[in-house]
Amino acid sequence: MNQFQYVRPTKQQAAIDAVAKDATATFIAGGTNLVDLMKRGVMTPQKLVDINRLPLTRIDADPGKLRIGALALNSTVADDKQVRARQPLLALALNAGASAQLRNMATVGGNMLQRTRCSYFYDTTMPCNKREPGTGCGALEGINRMHAIFGFSDKCIAVHPSDMSVALVALDAIVQVSGPKGNRSIPFAELHRLPGDMPQKDTTLEPGELITAVDVPDGPFTKHVHYQKVRERASYAFALLSVAAALDLDSNNNIKAARLAMGGVAHKPWRLTAAEQALVGKPATEESFRQAAAIAMQGAKAFKHNAYKLKLGPNTIIQALKTAASVA
Amino acid sequence: MAMTSEHDTPDNGHDEARRSFLKQSSVLTAMALVPGPLVQAASAELDEKVAAVFEKIPLKLEVNGVKHKVSVEPRTTLLDFLREDLHLTGTKKGCDYGQCGACTVHVDGQRVNSCLSFAVMHEGKKITTIEGLADGDKLHPMQEAFVKHDGFQCGYCTPGQIMSAVACIREGKADSEGEIREYMSGNICRCGAYSNIVAAIQEVKGGGQKV
Repeated sequence: MNQFQYVRPTKQQAAIDAVAKDATATFIAGGTNLVDLMKRGVMTPQKLVDINRLPLTRIDADPGKLRIGALALNSTVADDKQVRARQPLLALALNAGASAQLRNMATVGGNMLQRTRCSYFYDTTMPCNKREPGTGCGALEGINRMHAIFGFSDKCIAVHPSDMSVALVALDAIVQVSGPKGNRSIPFAELHRLPGDMPQKDTTLEPGELITAVDVPDGPFTKHVHYQKVRERASYAFALLSVAAALDLDSNNNIKAARLAMGGVAHKPWRLTAAEQALVGKPATEESFRQAAAIAMQGAKAFKHNAYKLKLGPNTIIQALKTAASVA
Repeated sequence: MAMTSEHDTPDNGHDEARRSFLKQSSVLTAMALVPGPLVQAASAELDEKVAAVFEKIPLKLEVNGVKHKVSVEPRTTLLDFLREDLHLTGTKKGCDYGQCGACTVHVDGQRVNSCLSFAVMHEGKKITTIEGLADGDKLHPMQEAFVKHDGFQCGYCTPGQIMSAVACIREGKADSEGEIREYMSGNICRCGAYSNIVAAIQEVKGGGQKV
């Protein structure tokens, strides 16, 4: 691994300054993705700014929203009583991700900022526009079984692997950010970006900007929710494809509101707004779910090895909605 | 965090040794064109600069009840620190990328992959490794249960399995076989002793002893 300088500021502004003023510096929180990438020489920061001493671990149950500190651990959030009661979809998605050990290390801010990536990004002997802009994409004509079916470009077809982020985009979360130019709030759907001509940029954050918290607004989605993750073994594997589904049903089992997002299909967590709108006012039946799934998959395009996702996608959406509707 | 298995294993063929050789040989060719003493002087100066920038960092932490005051290079992982500096080789290096769980230790009571964090990030923390689990010559109940139920074959994953198993019960995630399997999924056993590992955990959990 490359050598680097290590600093551990206790003041938020000092941490922000340290990264804003040094293009080779980066924040480290849980480190579960960054250390892995550094060991493989994929990321080579010259300075690590350890933010674990910043007071950003609180989960505040505010009226109308939960404010989850950026340094709250994935395991802590998943087990939090308020989170489980008010945002059960988030708890389900968190527990579907990684392993117990990694959830004890990974933070909420770090989880959303894990790199959008694929095996070619990790293999420093292969071309990758995300790792080394301009070198080409190894996956386009390579082994692209895990890759995107939505929103990709000819520069990059990698997917964002976070389960938590699929739930957060469905729940209209707001990311609170502090940076050299002050504070700002970013709607979760605008935090991650599509690859376009700059796949090296995963997010819309500016240099030195630090995620301080994520707000999850209260909604009617406290009961009929489900996170369906399809993977190649029962646990501890990235999603081939996942679906976060939330329904608000009236007493006649008709859909008052719906939230739907997919993971494992795009460079960012993929919100299915048109399919959600199609569900509103419909009965919570398999036929309604099938129509919504067809709308959700419009525009999907497969590569050589991931055509299975074109079938797995709608099937998983239908299954997730059926399970969500039947939660007693 | 580590692709098919929350893993980021490249699955495309490559020839790393050859590329590495080519890189090295081009550096050697370049150096051969520069007069020897100049290279040596430049090299010494560079070493000094590197050393000044990347010095070791003081670190205080407690491992298995013993306080340590040391200095470490920032890039030293907690795993390497435990094994190479403290010679606590019970904690195993399996994959070294957070995929196998062999390096599981407890930090302030929480199980973590020691291969995926830097030692310097644990200033002031209390670490427990497999060596710190037994009470003198008396094995920890989970160690006894692993022996009784044959919860291993080659034994390489065992320290990580046991540290994870103890945490699994403490976390209250061992109420059923399904729950145990889910919450133990970060520990891979290539010999496939899973049934016996689950049996060992169920026995300790069922016995109601304090772990």
